[in-house]
Amino acid sequence: MKGLSGSRCCFYMGFLVGTLSLYFLRQVWFDMSMEPAVLGEGQDSSVAALSKERQASDSNIWRMEGATLINLNHPHHTGEDSHVADELYRKVRILCWVMTGPSNLQTKARHVKATWSRHCNVVVFMSSIDDPDFPTVGLGTGEGRDQLYWKTIRAFHYALEHHGNDADWFLKADDDTFVVVDNLRWVLSNHTPEEPLYFGKRFKPYAKQGYMSGGAGYVLSKEALRRFVEGFKTKVCTHTTSVEDLALGQCLEKMGVLAMDSRDTLQRETFHPFVPEHHLTGKFSKSFWYWSYCYYPIVEGPRCCSDLAVSFHYVDPELMYTLEYWTYHLRAYGYRYRYRPPLPQGLVERLAQTERPTVGTAGRGRTPAGITVGGDGDQSKAESGAKPLSDKGGKETLGKIPIDNNRTEVTQERHG
Amino acid sequence: MLSEGSSFMKGIALGGTFCLLLSLLGSFTPGMQSSPEDHHHHHHHIKAPTKDELQSLSDSQMVELSQRVRVYCVIMVQPSVLVYWSTAKDTWGKHCDNAVFYSSESAKALEAVDLNEQDEWAKLRKALKHAYDNAGDLRWFFVARSTTFAIIENLKYLVLAKDPNEPFYIGHAMKSGELEYVEYQSGIVLSYEALKRLVNVFKDEDKCPERGRALWKLSEEKQLAICLKYTGVFAENGEDIQGKRLFNSKSVGSLIQDSMDKKNLDVVEGCCSDLAITFSGMSPNQMQVMMFGVYRLRPYGHNFHDSLIFLPPEGSDND
Repeated sequence: MKGLSGSRCCFYMGFLVGTLSLYFLRQVWFDMSMEPAVLGEGQDSSVAALSKERQASDSNIWRMEGATLINLNHPHHTGEDSHVADELYRKVRILCWVMTGPSNLQTKARHVKATWSRHCNVVVFMSSIDDPDFPTVGLGTGEGRDQLYWKTIRAFHYALEHHGNDADWFLKADDDTFVVVDNLRWVLSNHTPEEPLYFGKRFKPYAKQGYMSGGAGYVLSKEALRRFVEGFKTKVCTHTTSVEDLALGQCLEKMGVLAMDSRDTLQRETFHPFVPEHHLTGKFSKSFWYWSYCYYPIVEGPRCCSDLAVSFHYVDPELMYTLEYWTYHLRAYGYRYRYRPPLPQGLVERLAQTERPTVGTAGRGRTPAGITVGGDGDQSKAESGAKPLSDKGGKETLGKIPIDNNRTEVTQERHG
Repeated sequence: MLSEGSSFMKGIALGGTFCLLLSLLGSFTPGMQSSPEDHHHHHHHIKAPTKDELQSLSDSQMVELSQRVRVYCVIMVQPSVLVYWSTAKDTWGKHCDNAVFYSSESAKALEAVDLNEQDEWAKLRKALKHAYDNAGDLRWFFVARSTTFAIIENLKYLVLAKDPNEPFYIGHAMKSGELEYVEYQSGIVLSYEALKRLVNVFKDEDKCPERGRALWKLSEEKQLAICLKYTGVFAENGEDIQGKRLFNSKSVGSLIQDSMDKKNLDVVEGCCSDLAITFSGMSPNQMQVMMFGVYRLRPYGHNFHDSLIFLPPEGSDND
């Protein structure tokens, strides 16, 4: 009898202990799971977990071939129609190689990897040392400013040897350059890679036809790249100076490669050697070297830069992501851009074959689907803005895309 | 002894299971806290219309909506920082259907309505009353300081399908005790009906005193919320289809930096909305750069077939 009541008492006590202890345990577990993983020793394991997650998501973006990253798919954004960009992606294949070094991988290069490089067809990060994890190619040079041209020479040789067939154009950029690769494709789309051409921010001194700024990024056609490599084989070109952009420009000039004008149809620059704020709002002092270097006249203020800008330089990590946000994400709903250049000629025919039926059927004999609203109380624009659509739309033969600045293709899609 | 020990163990086991069961049941109630940042429980959310909703409308309905969604911008300036007035005028202000500047006092070269008032709440009252009296046929009102940057097209899209003859008070909704109010720093949106009711309740010195509560001074954003509440108008949080904030009190750079610090896998996705309406805390130069980033810079060949077109303003070259 005594034993029973004793054990019952123990049972109740046990019940109480069990309930209370599990209650407190749960609270502690709850608090820990709510806290962001930034405290002390918890950090190491969360960083490891994060890098695992990153590697997993990277495998959806790239296929690794040694130290080269082959893009699996052209990044798409929710709700957008990117068939023109996709066609350009197929037609204008770009290999992007990024000049970096072991000490810059985590501070600079990884932000390039996370942003604009995902829009290239092929990406290679060039360093002095092999790094299979990042991954980077080891060029077998040292690090430092005096090694820059050696790295450039070897990087281009590597690109032609390993990926001559994977791309038509070869872009060099720094790990603090931001490139809008889709706009680069637009600049290149009316040119053929079988011609010896090179594009970039053109500087005039020291070379008769000028040379392209290294920091702002420059692009060689396949033929230009072949001639560069040939130049070294035949010793027409050698390592002359560590000033890589000038040295490369002089070699290309010797090999008959043409320095091209990369400005847009309104003569606005596309490759930029500084950050947007500097070009848009800064005033370059008249004694600044930039004035005497630029091949084309410098324009300050909004006309400095094309809407279809290709590159900026001296871009820190925060600005990299900010530029990616501005370019690919943030927009003003329904805004009709002032600058609406025509489709490149080569693309017009290609797209006509793959065009969707909704485009070109605007004129169905009713008020156009899209509505135009003027800023600044421009109500009159609503009618006049809408009119051209019904006039021109009906005359369109299916499959032919008019190259006409007044057209707003946006609107037909409402009923598409 | 053994039987007592085993009873004790049985007790612990049963007690633990009992506790777990209770907590499992408890976790189905909405009492579960979400992320630390989101500790305001927003009762009212406003989202932009979906593509399907807009496609179901007839063309004439769309024309009607587009004519209705015109914005009067109430922009508060300080003569001590003239550069923000000229910047707002030269940048985002151009995208308002009517942008009117309101200043605490007059100053040379400053084209603004002189409110002749230093008290923040009194300033806001006077500005809103003036806006109501001068609205013309504009039916939506956006109130912001000149240190805020706004993308008016995205604001128009947000309220496109909302009737301005209904009361709307929209922005980044915050909670202070029982009071839900819209944060001033990230911009306040009022429909015509809300403003009408507000101007009316201004006359009531008990509900909506001009000089604020005597004992303690509430910020003007809270005063506004209280007065509106009396007229049956409540704060609503503007968000996009994914629930991201549209009204921000920080700059883009600052929000990107926050996303980087949080070590988000996708820094940009984890940062800000694609159709964000406001940012704050930018320098005048940064606002010029925003104009380029929002209205010009884009990747060739990517198109969004939006249901409305907004034309660029006349006589401008930075957008």
